[in-house]
Amino acid sequence: MSSTEQKAPLERVPVMQQILDSPFLLLFLGVTLPTVLYLIWGVMEVASVPLAK
Amino acid sequence: MTAETVIGAVPAKAEFRTCQYTGLKVDVAAQRLIIANAVAAVVFLAIGGLMGLLVALTRWPAVHLLPADWFYLILTGHGANVLLFWIIFFEMAILYFASAVLLNSRLAAPKLGWLGFILMIVGALATNVAVLQGDSSVMFTSYPPMMAKPHFYLGIILFAVGALIGCGLFFATLVIAKEEGTYEGSIPLVTFGALTAAIIAVFTIASGAIILIPTWLWSLGLISDIDPLMYKVVWWAMGHSSQQINVSAHVSLWYLTAALLVGAKPLSEKVSRTAFFMYILFLQLASAHHLLAEPGMDASWKIVNTSYMMYLAVMGSMVHGLTVPGAIEAAQRRNGFDRGMFEWLRKAPWGNPAFSGMFLSLVFFGFIGGISGVVLGTEQLNVLMHNTIYVPGHFHGTVVAGTTLAFMGATYIVLPLIFQREIVWPKLAKIQPYLFGIGAAGISLFMMGAGTLGVARRHWDMTFSDASIGFAHSAGAFLMMGLNGIFAIIAAIGGIIFVLVVVATAFFGKKITSGHKLTFPLFSGGGAVASHYGSEKAPKLPGTIILVTIFFVCFVLYYFINWKYLSELWLFR
Amino acid sequence: MAVTPPERRIWWNEPIERVELVWIVIAFLWGLFMFVFMIAWHFIGQQNLSKEAYRIAPSAYEAKVDDFAKKNKVREEAGIPVAKPKPGSDVYILGRLWQWWPILELEKGQSYRIHLSSIDWQHGFSLQPTNINIQVHPGYEHVISLTPTQSGEFGIVCNEFCGIGHHTMTGKIYVTEPKKAEAEQRLADGR
Repeated sequence: MSSTEQKAPLERVPVMQQILDSPFLLLFLGVTLPTVLYLIWGVMEVASVPLAK
Repeated sequence: MTAETVIGAVPAKAEFRTCQYTGLKVDVAAQRLIIANAVAAVVFLAIGGLMGLLVALTRWPAVHLLPADWFYLILTGHGANVLLFWIIFFEMAILYFASAVLLNSRLAAPKLGWLGFILMIVGALATNVAVLQGDSSVMFTSYPPMMAKPHFYLGIILFAVGALIGCGLFFATLVIAKEEGTYEGSIPLVTFGALTAAIIAVFTIASGAIILIPTWLWSLGLISDIDPLMYKVVWWAMGHSSQQINVSAHVSLWYLTAALLVGAKPLSEKVSRTAFFMYILFLQLASAHHLLAEPGMDASWKIVNTSYMMYLAVMGSMVHGLTVPGAIEAAQRRNGFDRGMFEWLRKAPWGNPAFSGMFLSLVFFGFIGGISGVVLGTEQLNVLMHNTIYVPGHFHGTVVAGTTLAFMGATYIVLPLIFQREIVWPKLAKIQPYLFGIGAAGISLFMMGAGTLGVARRHWDMTFSDASIGFAHSAGAFLMMGLNGIFAIIAAIGGIIFVLVVVATAFFGKKITSGHKLTFPLFSGGGAVASHYGSEKAPKLPGTIILVTIFFVCFVLYYFINWKYLSELWLFR
Repeated sequence: MAVTPPERRIWWNEPIERVELVWIVIAFLWGLFMFVFMIAWHFIGQQNLSKEAYRIAPSAYEAKVDDFAKKNKVREEAGIPVAKPKPGSDVYILGRLWQWWPILELEKGQSYRIHLSSIDWQHGFSLQPTNINIQVHPGYEHVISLTPTQSGEFGIVCNEFCGIGHHTMTGKIYVTEPKKAEAEQRLADGR
């Protein structure tokens, strides 16, 4: 592995590629986003239905 | 996750073989798990598919096969077996393949993989037993306050836990492969697609646990009440997202098949991966498609979620819809089929069921499942079709003509490469994807047609003969349901051939030995062939441009036709 | 190859093919249009599902429907009351195993506040052949301002599975032509 690292150009890996190369960051995003936008917001919508007069 | 990572960190001895066709290093432990999961998948496909045929024959008014109680029982079983068990077992096989095999790595903790597999089998059996006992005919969605037996829910929970273990092993294998340096640079695109599926699976399974565990306790009498609307919001985070696992998985298989069969490479890694990234971020929001006709949900919540955040996930799908055929066209032109607009497509390996399955899946998923999904999921248009048989029409376009067909196609690659058996009855195998694809496309279209005419889904008798207040559907609706039955038979024949070919190959197929020439050959050089970016001129893709243009025109026309229907409805606000 | 790691270590900086770029722009703009169109329909469209809903005990809802049916009953059909409410008034429909109750008689071009709920399981309010489909939950009272634009006899089908008698669950709405010419005018104004 170390030999390939030396061979590789010293170009910086772009941020977007770093993000797409990080499975656990992607996992975090992929779980958090729908949890907040869909689940939590949706449950709040249901919970805020008022009682009938 | 940490537990698997820890186990994975212990250097384990793994047994490897090298694939003579692709040059890939295959961990034998992973191979065994892939085989086990694929076999289980096909068994549940056979059961669920047969149930599907019974459902279609009952809904064919002239046949009306089953009595009402059996119809609802079988329909519940059909949903669980094909929508969950067949699909997820196969996806476990894909996850093991895309991690261990494609990364030339050992699989993390194969013993845990077997634990997961056993949990999934036990869960699937428990749910099937509950359904067949007859007092859990609550449909796959099991909306409360209708209650099933406790082992109906428990089975699905166990199944989900097993699947979660499989996802954990996928992530752990990614970590191991990186640490042990079994590949250089970024993971392959197909593995990235599988990663997308695994991420969505984690969200899916977590949501399932949040709602099904309380529901199970409720069925045991330990909880007094489950709010039906709350249940629906959370349940669909599982129910719809599980179908998004399929989308990610079968798009990965499109890329895989295109690579192995015609030597296609992605037009651009950046574009294809960003399209998957859109899936990771937004695809799961579409769970809201099932809550557009509910009381109490605010329009802003509906619009943000049902549009997958401004249709960015749809954009992802449209991108794959261009890059997959585009990559095939570029590769085929490189392979010498460069004449005219469509020589690349005409001279594609249509006789190879892996290719025909993949390409039909691509076309049907886009044109039928994709377009109808966006229309059905448009906030206001949903009221035209909610809970009509249009809905099953749509998802048979995605899950059957899309996912199932893609999985079937991929199986014709898995059989020789992983099972190491030569496919028996190649002539039958050759026509199988066409039969199944045409059947599946037919049932999707005719159910959508019937739904547009108002026929209800999950409904035993469209003549309402026992109802105290009668209602008569139009003759067109009856015609549609009859055609649906006919195409279900065609699809069933395709399905039966598939199961027979797979089972016969797995048990009696000729063992593949060194130097064997495959009946359905891979692209020469297979997976290890070198590809060069930027070393050739930008490929011209006139054929693909025409295909996506036709797609786009269909999409726009169908979208506006439905707004026209909507504008003619009674007024409501 | 999609099955091997990207050829170049840094693939993010590779140029995008023109075809792809054009398609991405088209897909993005089309998505944006569809997104905006849903929002716009709330302002320009006449078919938007109301958000108005209340939590209510099934028994309390049943009492409201009984009261409504008693007050507005004009005749009976097969033992089911036919209610003819005043235009603009509150109208109650009950979903239960296995009927939509009561039968309604509405006037074309008039708006009614339709209340929907169930007293047992979930049901699917499916007005046919018009094809308006709304989910009905027990414990939730959904209020929709509905204006019929056609006259005639309409069926209500249940399209959410509700047990063995699901396929026998039906109901009916009659829509009569308006007696006064001004109703037509009102409909035109309403649009």
